Amino acid sequence: MTAELQRPSLRRRLASLGRGTVAGTGLIVVLLLAALFAPWLSQGSPEAMDFSAVLVGPSSAHPLGTDNFGRDVLTRVLFGLRVSMAAAVGSVAVAMLAGVPLGLVAGYRRGWIDAVIMRPADVILSFPAIVLVIALAGAFGQNLGLMIVTIGFVYTPIVVRVMRGAALELDGALFVEGARARGASHLRVMLRHVLPNAIAPVLVQASALMGVAILMEAALSFIGLGVQPPTPSLGLMLSDGRSYMGQAPWLVVAPGVGIMLAVLGFNLLGDGIPRLLDPARRARA
Amino acid sequence: MTLLRVTGLRTEFRAGGAWHAAVDGIDFELRQGEILGLVGESGCGKSTVANSLMRLLPGTARIGGGTAQFGDDDLLALDEVRLRSLRGSAIGMIFQDPMTALDPVFRVGLQIEETLKQHLGLVPAAARQRAEELMRSVGIPAPAERLRAYPHQLSGGMRQRVALAIAICCNPRLLIADEPTTALDVTIQAQVLELIRTLLVAERGAGVLLITHDLGVVARVCDRVAVMYAGRIVETGAVTDVFGAPRHPYTRALLQAAPTGEVPRGQLPTIPGRVPVLAARPTGCSFRPRCAHAEAVCAVPGAADPIPLGPDREVACVRHAAL
Amino acid sequence: MRAVAHRLALLVPTLFGASLVVFVMLRLVPGDPAQVIMGLRATPEGLAVIRRDLGLDLPIHLQYVTWLGNLLSGDLGQDYRSNVAVTTLLAVRLPVTLQLTLMSLALAVAVAVPLGLRAAMRPGGFADRTASIVGLVGISIPDFWLGIMLILAFSLGLGLFPSSGYVPFSHSPVDNLRSFVLPSLTLTAGLAAVLVRVTRAAAAEVLARDFVRFLRAKGLNERAVIYVHVLRNAGMPIVTVIGLQFGYLLGGAVIVEQVFGLPGVGSLIVNAALERNYPVVQAGMLVVAILFIFVNLVTDMLYAVLNPRMGAGR
Repeated sequence: MTAELQRPSLRRRLASLGRGTVAGTGLIVVLLLAALFAPWLSQGSPEAMDFSAVLVGPSSAHPLGTDNFGRDVLTRVLFGLRVSMAAAVGSVAVAMLAGVPLGLVAGYRRGWIDAVIMRPADVILSFPAIVLVIALAGAFGQNLGLMIVTIGFVYTPIVVRVMRGAALELDGALFVEGARARGASHLRVMLRHVLPNAIAPVLVQASALMGVAILMEAALSFIGLGVQPPTPSLGLMLSDGRSYMGQAPWLVVAPGVGIMLAVLGFNLLGDGIPRLLDPARRARA
Repeated sequence: MTLLRVTGLRTEFRAGGAWHAAVDGIDFELRQGEILGLVGESGCGKSTVANSLMRLLPGTARIGGGTAQFGDDDLLALDEVRLRSLRGSAIGMIFQDPMTALDPVFRVGLQIEETLKQHLGLVPAAARQRAEELMRSVGIPAPAERLRAYPHQLSGGMRQRVALAIAICCNPRLLIADEPTTALDVTIQAQVLELIRTLLVAERGAGVLLITHDLGVVARVCDRVAVMYAGRIVETGAVTDVFGAPRHPYTRALLQAAPTGEVPRGQLPTIPGRVPVLAARPTGCSFRPRCAHAEAVCAVPGAADPIPLGPDREVACVRHAAL
Repeated sequence: MRAVAHRLALLVPTLFGASLVVFVMLRLVPGDPAQVIMGLRATPEGLAVIRRDLGLDLPIHLQYVTWLGNLLSGDLGQDYRSNVAVTTLLAVRLPVTLQLTLMSLALAVAVAVPLGLRAAMRPGGFADRTASIVGLVGISIPDFWLGIMLILAFSLGLGLFPSSGYVPFSHSPVDNLRSFVLPSLTLTAGLAAVLVRVTRAAAAEVLARDFVRFLRAKGLNERAVIYVHVLRNAGMPIVTVIGLQFGYLLGGAVIVEQVFGLPGVGSLIVNAALERNYPVVQAGMLVVAILFIFVNLVTDMLYAVLNPRMGAGR
């Protein structure tokens, strides 16, 4: 009477995820859609100025109020979200593209390759990320694309470290030895066997990094080293709004909440990834 | 003189939403100056008995009923403060795995001293003195130096001796030893058991509840024995009586199955079947499915109630007379 | 001790590596420093003079060596604009940043560790739920926004604390502390969130171990069990995380100093970056990196002290 090992149904697996993860994913999806459909959901242009409605509080015409140029805050928040999302996805993509191969090779091959890859990574990691980005942004000028690459570059060592650690754990694992014994090349073993099994912690880290990247972009724009006007950015809105904080507090509340929700969403998602991957793994085993 | 009298102890664990009795109404008595062995297979609930007496159960367990009379106090009903004052002073306890019993980041001397300070209020200098004496009395060579050692610097046997030193540091009247030698080498086992007997019974006239699955240990050092199966006690009596003339089918089967060191012919006898899962214990006598002598009467509730056979002798089998 | 010796041995190469990164990064910058200095008054001769002054006509590796040499003898260059020695600038600003980071660290530990302990002791209880919320919100909230909200509430709203500015301790201790309350609270949030999570996880793991049961079996009072034994055992991962998070603190200080107008190393770096004032940016980055490396070293040593097994080479 051997019990049949069945892969739990998709519904079961989703149910086991917990409210937090579902909420997080939902949040991200909503924000992503909002950002994507920004032009249709809002008044169209984030730069449209209306000097007859300067510093107006939340109302039916302007659900989140207007700023000192009469621009609709809701519109600017939605467009600013686009920038935030782009920054998040872009920079983490860069970090993963660079970091995963490097970390995989370092953890799998070890020896001098490991040292050659890890020493510079360790050195870069001895700087707080934001300091590096500030220096680089200051040097290379500020446009969104460059900023994404810069943030991605600064986060690469983190991805390298996590990937390497995960690959190291599998060192000596039977299936790796088995594959090698069957004559598989190093590349094949790395890609087919080590990578899929070691990717989980990297994905968790990636999710967390997306949240941090959003904070980073916002912080940079806030201090003036990030996106430049007229491109809307949530950080820029906060920095502009500061001057009018006393009379128009809504200017500083909405963008901040937007940032927080996006980061919160990614963090909730990241917390749930281990739960998603584990039961599936267990069923497959 | 009776040191500890347990009546109707019942401890329940929560599994799958319902409460199941791991220990299902047991009675026993421990006297001053004797070593009582509580023996049974893994899963019979003997460790749970120990943890219940000291009220160190995990969050998923609760005491379902019974009393444990220790002097003027019922251990199971005592308030936390009074219980804590008894633990480590009047009642000592040692556990199975010496590897994990001591705090790895503190020196062993300190761990003895803090108990002394807690219960006896000794000043550091006096505590250190006493700790050294204790270490010597449990047979640790060069005690003054060893006081400053960390647990990972000592061998398993040494660590168990330290645990013993802690357990007896305030001259307990009762020692509960939960599988104290299971994780140790055979030669060390003998030494630790001898130590328990000397230090507690011979020198202090205390009583020891020795929990083990090893019949050899019982034979070596216990005065009386209680055999447990599936949460109940099936037979009690002096070791010589119970091992010499077992009256319960389970006790008999256990003794038969124990390797005696003679050259075996053919297979070692085993008891067919397995210990029932907590939630699926049979009615009446739990041993029924595996007993060669089971009959219809064994399924009746009450079939496994203890029947006195004489002073200090009990068996829990309704058919014992016929066997 | 072996691990610490290992760390110490890596210290020098790491520091060198850091200095190299700083140097290379800013030499990679497009644009001509000489041009920046002279601005609109640039003449070819003037530019040549400045270039020679700054050693820009030397091959790049010699530039690095000269720069490093200057560094080690205490000369960090001069501010492009004001010609003030960078070391002077740093000397004035470093205490501010240090005060901010240390106060935030102290506050975060004082709040997060007891909360995390209590949360581990009673899963599902009030402390546990609070810890979960703090843990999640704290890492999601942008620190500069929190600062602005705090200013809105406590400074503009209730008028309790200044919204910006710095008063040296020597002038007025009370005003000095008042000017640091809101900035410290802002910076604490993120760190406290991480610390609560780590403390709770570490404490829960320790509480499940056998020796805790043995401590209770010997009648030790609960206070001693938690605050002496569990804390000490859980202390190791906590200390490690504090070391790692110090980088976050330093980075956060950069932003928070901007929000609250505190004249620390962080705001120095930001302003210098905006002005393309390279010697200052370089020097600031170096100081920050050295601080971070140093803190990590101290953390490692602390870990070795806390964990007696280190000596055994485990």
